[in-house]
Amino acid sequence: MDFLARAAAWFADPMHWVGDDGIPIRVLEHVALSGVSLLVGLLIALPIGLYIGHTGRGALVAVSVSNIGRAVPSFGVLGMALPLTLWLQQQLDFRAGGVGVLPTFIALALLAIPPIVTNAYTGLREVDRDLVEAARGMGMTGGQLLRGVELPLAMPIILAGLRTSTVQVIATATLGAVFGAGGLGRYIIDGLATREYEQVFAGAVMVGLLSILTELAFLWFQRRAQPVIEPRRQTGAAAA
Amino acid sequence: MPDQPFLRLDWIVDNLDEIGFRTLQHLEITAIAMVIGFALSMVLALLARRWRVLRGPTIGISGMLYAIPSLAAFGLLIPFTGLSLLTAEIAMVSYTLLILIRNILAGLDGIAPEVLEAADGMGLTAGQRLRRVELPLALPVIIAGLRIATVTTIGLVTVTSFIGEGGLGYFILNVGISRFFPTAIYVGALLSVALAVAADLLFVWLQRALTPWSRARITV
Repeated sequence: MDFLARAAAWFADPMHWVGDDGIPIRVLEHVALSGVSLLVGLLIALPIGLYIGHTGRGALVAVSVSNIGRAVPSFGVLGMALPLTLWLQQQLDFRAGGVGVLPTFIALALLAIPPIVTNAYTGLREVDRDLVEAARGMGMTGGQLLRGVELPLAMPIILAGLRTSTVQVIATATLGAVFGAGGLGRYIIDGLATREYEQVFAGAVMVGLLSILTELAFLWFQRRAQPVIEPRRQTGAAAA
Repeated sequence: MPDQPFLRLDWIVDNLDEIGFRTLQHLEITAIAMVIGFALSMVLALLARRWRVLRGPTIGISGMLYAIPSLAAFGLLIPFTGLSLLTAEIAMVSYTLLILIRNILAGLDGIAPEVLEAADGMGLTAGQRLRRVELPLALPVIIAGLRIATVTTIGLVTVTSFIGEGGLGYFILNVGISRFFPTAIYVGALLSVALAVAADLLFVWLQRALTPWSRARITV
């Protein structure tokens, strides 16, 4: 276990904790890039998924998006974001500082979309039709129905979609280091290039931890989101 | 790059041999992962069924493995298994486990208890019951799992290019991104999608062919 001792020494080296390529900055870059991409993906995907689920129109779009999302490899999306970025920069006559983080950002936002669209659609469709009818009968408008009934009931499924997107975005952000974007992937990809495998291993440990912690955070969050709905449904049934 | 046409068809024609070779390599890495992953998942799922306490940890651990990004998995394995096909396969197999184990268990759990009682009543041993009754009835759900796992694996194999394997990922990383050559990126990515779609259709067909009795009720 000589190697593990060297990997531990890598972590213990104070030089690896300071400066622009220090661990805190790399973690921050990884989280920020993933977070912003997710947010943009969410802002695009959620309205689409909710619209399709609420109106029932365009169900084929939701199904196709989910199938395409599964068949297209995330690394392929990341690769194809490079020529797309170059093309965009050419059109907008904007090429300050090379491609940088832009292709990674575009790819991550695109990858975040399919699971959220699919789950928002599925979540709304699975809401008990009787409840929807009852809400309509009470005179709720479409917006009230969506906010007051459909969204809260669909929330666990929507969160599950967001979780899938988040895990995939964090994983692909690691690969994004090939374009010179920052983040924890730098340690792995630079280390592979220079054959410094302690650094590769250390980077892998941090990426793995970040992913697993995110997964656990979502599990906790999903569990908290659930009981809010259950008792309400029960009291509703008891009152009836 | 600005003066290049969108797609360099001449490059594709000149490199047909390499494209064929990388496609086969891609299929090979996928096939090895699926065969080993399925065998391992079957054993683990049956153990988890035999001893219920194992169920939570089995799903929990395979879920944890599934959450680790592939590049990180390679990084964790390289000190022990080097830059090798073995490293690639260990990671690929680990990603098949969650989906396969979950579907095998769901398939077996979905069998009506009366069917199992009837099988026991007919005097089948546990092994006979598993082979002749339980597995055939669980087959549609198990194949649905194989279908998702295979499509996922085909996509992930592209990432093995980072450790010198890669199949079609070789075109995306080593030719496309490294040498700024978009045509190679399109070829690698689109062929990978084509393989995934083909695998998807293959499993749909396989499910119909193997379970003619369940044609009307395809789940998952």
